[in-house]
Amino acid sequence: MKLDSREPNYPLSEMWDKHRFDVKLVNPANKRKYTILVVGTGLAGASAGASLAALGYNVKSFCIQDSARRAHSIAAQGGINAAKNYPNDGDNVWRLFYDTIKGGDFRSRESNVYRLAQISTSIIDQCVAQGVPFARDYGGLLDNRSFGGAQVSRTFYARGQTGQQLLLGAYSALMRQVNKGNVDLLTRREMLDLVLIDGKARGITVRNLVSGEIESHAGDAVVLATGGYGNVFFLSTNAVNSNATAAWRCYKKGAYFANPCYTQIHPTCIPVSGDHQSKLTLMSESLRNDGRVWVPKKKGDNRKPNQIPEDERSYYLEEKYPSFGNLVPRDIASRNAKEVCDEGRGVGASGLAVYLDFADAIKRLGETTIKEKYGNLFDMYERIKDENPYKSAMTIYPAVHYTMGGLWVDYNLMSTIPGLHVLGEANFSDHGANRLGASALMQGLADGYFVIPYTLGHYLAQTDLPPVDINQSEFKESEDAVNKRITKLLSINGNKTPREIHRELGKIMWDYVGMARNEEGLKKALEEIPKLREEFWNNLNIPTTVGDLNKNLEFAGRVADFLELGELMARDSLERSESCGGHFREESRTDEGEAKRNDDEFSYVSAWEYTGEESAAKLNKEELVFNNVKLSQRSYK
Amino acid sequence: MSEEKTEKNINLTLLVWRQPNAEAKGTMQTYAAENISTDMSFLEMLDVVNEGLIKSSADPIEFDSDCREGICGTCGVVINGQAHGPQRATTVCQLHMRNFKNGDKIYIEPLRSKAFPVVKDLVIDRSAFDRIITAGGFISVNTGGTPDANSIPIPKANSDMAMDAAACIGCGACVAACPNASASLFTSAKISHLALLPQGQVERKQRAQSMVDQMDKEGFGDCSNVGECEAACPKEISISNIARMKREYIKAVLS
Ligand SMILES: Cc1cc2nc3c(=O)[nH]c(=O)nc-3n(C[C@H](O)[C@H](O)[C@H](O)COP(=O)(O)OP(=O)(O)OC[C@H]3O[C@@H](n4cnc5c(N)ncnc54)[C@H](O)[C@@H]3O)c2cc1C
Ligand code: FES
Repeated sequence: MKLDSREPNYPLSEMWDKHRFDVKLVNPANKRKYTILVVGTGLAGASAGASLAALGYNVKSFCIQDSARRAHSIAAQGGINAAKNYPNDGDNVWRLFYDTIKGGDFRSRESNVYRLAQISTSIIDQCVAQGVPFARDYGGLLDNRSFGGAQVSRTFYARGQTGQQLLLGAYSALMRQVNKGNVDLLTRREMLDLVLIDGKARGITVRNLVSGEIESHAGDAVVLATGGYGNVFFLSTNAVNSNATAAWRCYKKGAYFANPCYTQIHPTCIPVSGDHQSKLTLMSESLRNDGRVWVPKKKGDNRKPNQIPEDERSYYLEEKYPSFGNLVPRDIASRNAKEVCDEGRGVGASGLAVYLDFADAIKRLGETTIKEKYGNLFDMYERIKDENPYKSAMTIYPAVHYTMGGLWVDYNLMSTIPGLHVLGEANFSDHGANRLGASALMQGLADGYFVIPYTLGHYLAQTDLPPVDINQSEFKESEDAVNKRITKLLSINGNKTPREIHRELGKIMWDYVGMARNEEGLKKALEEIPKLREEFWNNLNIPTTVGDLNKNLEFAGRVADFLELGELMARDSLERSESCGGHFREESRTDEGEAKRNDDEFSYVSAWEYTGEESAAKLNKEELVFNNVKLSQRSYK
Repeated sequence: MSEEKTEKNINLTLLVWRQPNAEAKGTMQTYAAENISTDMSFLEMLDVVNEGLIKSSADPIEFDSDCREGICGTCGVVINGQAHGPQRATTVCQLHMRNFKNGDKIYIEPLRSKAFPVVKDLVIDRSAFDRIITAGGFISVNTGGTPDANSIPIPKANSDMAMDAAACIGCGACVAACPNASASLFTSAKISHLALLPQGQVERKQRAQSMVDQMDKEGFGDCSNVGECEAACPKEISISNIARMKREYIKAVLS
């Protein structure tokens, strides 16, 4: 199939407006005749569900958690970008667009990114109207801060709980529609398959996580907003229930998976403390505004940080990148941390950590100011590490955080399966090979509040959608397949728990498909992952409870999918022998050791097509065309 | 510094509420938790115990968690009679085993209340909270057509107070801690958050009335100012919100 991005043929700055005029509309009286299945209630899913229901569509909304309010988006700390230019510091739509394209290392589509920047301002208006208590200054106006390598202050925030407040806003809008009877909210449900009828997405098969029952749900379109796949690495900053299952099952039904190798490793996380570790905790990037990153100059120097004199410390980010210093983009900060640790200059018990030091900031601003700015983060650090960061430098290390790759979508956010639309972190659309801080929340809400309400109508209005019901054979076949797989999982009766196998997979992924990748390692991963998958299907041990809640069964299903996705990630990494953004191939670097893109050969989106259990996935390419920005090698020196 | 701390592992006895499903009767069962690193979180300790149970073909202890960062409100159990355990302002996912001593006996039960039926073991059904929000915990705006975000300045003090209330994670510890099983802290936090903002004024009365009525309908008890909720709250939501809710409610029914 030829990939058609369906970008409207207008100049960039007029494209979205003109497209909104061109899109077909669904007559208001007809909207309630359509049922839309929205999977996921994070920022993307909750905002989409609420907005579509407000337009009059009949919405069914699904999530894994016991309440829509608990989606993984709730954990976002730092903030949300918007080109409001309230601080009058030179921001505008073009600058946000350019920063995002450049930050993504020129591996995203101009049209989508421009639209995102345009919409960003409406998001803030919407959230304030819902009662989101963003931080304000003493004049009562909204406060902004600079975030993650941006040279303007365009980040809106609500203390260290921006994701929570934005999600509670979207959740309250969703619950308002539940109140009005426009949304049927089904919690503790896990989507395990997509149902196609006449080649179109017409339903989903879900497992009721309390009763264990398999249910079918029919609709006129499916909106997938199921988040990212960072947990393929076992340890990540994602919530423990975050998973790739829904997206993966759609892939296996014909949706292309784009750029699976693009993963973001966040530089400021609390280092791993032992094998018992179940997840990693992010320390907001905003800490890099005042904290200074350093390691001892000498290898194996295990004095306490306060005992190491200034001239024996290496503030390596400030030294290497004088104009951005500690605020270089995430991929660069992470890679540099890895490099100094690989050189043997890492600190902490494992040697896999660097210092993030506030001593200077406390001297300059006083402890009270630092407490005001970062108090909750310092408290969290102290609770986990049992060390007081006001007194002694924090230790941090990079951790898997976000996945830029995801299901391929066109300009209308529709996948290669007609009727299957994909929003938020689950799609690949806007961040190229690296996402800027505070841009995921922006994208999730842009997709849900302001893109899908138009583009979904466009699809419905021009598509012939005869009524379907769950007694049709397609639904029964899907239910059978889902049941069969569950029975298989329950009957293996082996020795390893899903967690053990997941941890092993995570280790393979981190070692070979992590922060730095090379041909040899990737080939090794491509040998190891299938072996581990084989072991999974022959040696899994899970409790056999069928009729009710069985979390290990849920996890096992997700691990089974990670074991397939991990392999595709390694293949994609191997195929892309250039470095770009979060994807660092050791073979491709500049003389100074920085990531080196190869635009002549790799200026495309890799869109992988499932071809069956026995055959390898097929690579399709969407060429990226840049008419508005000039490609340059990223430099933050 | 962590490298100086001698890695110390402890042994514990757990007494855990086991209940196969909502209809079944539950009992307390005893488990040994051995060789537990004090760097583990409480839930990581349960993970380790569960791995052992699976390996010995026993049913693992079911409990809910998601973010494991203290923000999603999914986790929550009663530890030795205290919701979320002994450490102040800390969810159970953020509680670390260094708060316990070798040889401790730890009682682990679900966040109990009539309005929160047990689903299985430590997993409960908190959908009553969602229904309270559904009854009115929102500002009625559709998507689009909203005024510029800076068109209404909000005094920083009010916005900060609204944020204090909005920090509630909806975990339900307040209900479990309250001798009356009241949901007043939860409900009042949302009512306060919205009542303190100009955007929340239009529906202020209606909201207070609908949410309080729904809370009663769900079978939560009344508030008699005991204050256990505030003490158990991992986000330190202030009980002064309950006073505000009561005022809001009275104003609403009297007008
Ligand atoms: C610790 C942390 C901090 C962050 N901070 C920031 C920040 O400051 N700024 C920023 O811009 N970004 C931040 N991010 C990234 C951002 O939070 C996420 O990318 C974003 O919230 C994803 O939103 P989403 O709606 O796409 O998916 P999610 O919020 O992950 O929601 C997924 C939803 O799908 C449901 N679901 C998943 N699978 C299934 C299934 N099979 N069946 C049914 N339902 C399913 C889940 O239940 C959930 O409701 C942060 C991320 C982390 C981990
Ligand atoms: S698991 Fe999210 S608050 Fe504990």
